[in-house]
Amino acid sequence: MSTRSVIPFGPQHPVLPEPIHLDLVMEDEKVIEAIPSIGFIHRGLEKLVEKKDFNEMVYVAERICGICSLGHGLGYSEAVEHIMDIDVPMRAKYLRTFWSELSRVHSHLLWLGLLADAFGFESLYMDCWRLREDALDMFEQSTGGRVIFSVMKIGGIRRDVPDEMLKDFYQRICRMEEELKVLSKPFLNDMAVQTRLRGVGILTAEQADALGCAGPFLRASGIARDIRSTGYCAYGDVDFEPIISNDGDSYARTECRIKEIFQAFDIMKQLLNKMPGGDIDVPVKGFPNGEYMMRIEQPRGEALYYVKANGTKFIDRMRVRTPTFANLSGLVETLKGCDLADVPILVLTIDPCISCTER
Amino acid sequence: MALVSFKNTILHNLVSKPKTRRAEKEYPVGTRGHVENDMDLCVLCGLCSIKCPTHAITVDKAAKTWSIMPMSCIQCRCCVDNCPKKSLSMGLRFQEPGEEKITKTFKLSEKAIAAQEALMKAAKERAAAAAAAKAAQAAQGGAAPAPAKAPAQAAPAKPAETDK
Ligand code: SF4
Ligand code: SF4
Repeated sequence: MSTRSVIPFGPQHPVLPEPIHLDLVMEDEKVIEAIPSIGFIHRGLEKLVEKKDFNEMVYVAERICGICSLGHGLGYSEAVEHIMDIDVPMRAKYLRTFWSELSRVHSHLLWLGLLADAFGFESLYMDCWRLREDALDMFEQSTGGRVIFSVMKIGGIRRDVPDEMLKDFYQRICRMEEELKVLSKPFLNDMAVQTRLRGVGILTAEQADALGCAGPFLRASGIARDIRSTGYCAYGDVDFEPIISNDGDSYARTECRIKEIFQAFDIMKQLLNKMPGGDIDVPVKGFPNGEYMMRIEQPRGEALYYVKANGTKFIDRMRVRTPTFANLSGLVETLKGCDLADVPILVLTIDPCISCTER
Repeated sequence: MALVSFKNTILHNLVSKPKTRRAEKEYPVGTRGHVENDMDLCVLCGLCSIKCPTHAITVDKAAKTWSIMPMSCIQCRCCVDNCPKKSLSMGLRFQEPGEEKITKTFKLSEKAIAAQEALMKAAKERAAAAAAAKAAQAAQGGAAPAPAKAPAQAAPAKPAETDK
């Protein structure tokens, strides 16, 4: 009978990109239990909503996270637009969807880079991030910002993208797709990578469903739940199937994310081919009154925005549930019984965004 | 197979140009870098400071200055979109870092002050003319005491004339 010991892991730890703290209860090299604690960077968004008017709140929502910034702005704006019954012009919807997919590409590429770094493939890591730079360049050209785009507003978008630029984007997306085909090979076929990923941290479909996981983490366990299928924004106009994998291990999650990047390229191309003309915003009059629950699919999974307005320019309540929060319980489950050396990779496979979680 | 592709990567990296870019890169048009104000055009109306979500802008009408706290500015472009005189614009370069939360203050340029003073003067003159016209009207009304309705009818007509 070996003795149990507790290893505190994080919030500052060389392998952790973000501040989460885990108490790992160990028996020899095996993790018996993991107890997470969050709250190191809480920012109090729910209080801030009482001080900023509902238009300014878009900027606050965008700053919840640096990677899914566009999605947060989108979720909040859509929620308010539903309350106010605003019909957003088609072009704005298409561009919003296009940018959402582009942020999926850049988020997943960032994650792939971090994963490569976690198992020590430095060159691959740099290559992933170099490819991601192309996505950021497209963002910078079309929105004016690399990370925080400030392009959403209630009633549409703030900046139109000229058609020549969109044509250029099409070419660049095709190029990125070719490069990603080369880059994805080591992740999927390399033996060293497979030994680190295959069979590690298995989460069964029942567990994933019961724990309420979201995003690629859930779909890698074989559940085809993708909020994009509800057809919000312009997703109703494009053809796609949620990508699933049945193994539920780290390899399946990697595979899912890689396939999702290719899918995102495909959706972007469809959108560019169908891009309608016309206005990009409609004037907004009055103040919102009512409540709405908006669900969108962020790169990391389903995010939920609850907005309650009272007919004044300040919103009563806004609540965001981010995908990482939903996935933490799944993470704790996968950590049970794994080796200590696998903990960093397992934490990584939920694509944690602790700043999102603590909005 | 893996070795072959790895060799390709090494060879490619050896012969290709550096992938890194200089910090002094060319910014695409429309990059939201920092806020600039053309002090020749600004009229110190204060709309920008009302619209700024972070209250980074202060407008002092008495001292004729417009100031911005660049460290508080979040480059949202709200002020630029709302400036009625289009005197604000978004500079391409990012705000340079610093140790302190500085405030940059700009004084209204001589030209703008002169233009504004000229405007004020014109407005004053117009007001004076209107007042004089009114006084004359009142004097007329006083000299010839008529039914109470008559001056009231004439009064709205006169200022309209002086406005032109
Ligand atoms: S809104 Fe424009 S004109 Fe008015 S104070 Fe600001 S910069 Fe000057
Ligand atoms: S860009 Fe935004 S934050 Fe900066 S001064 Fe203008 S309104 Fe304020």
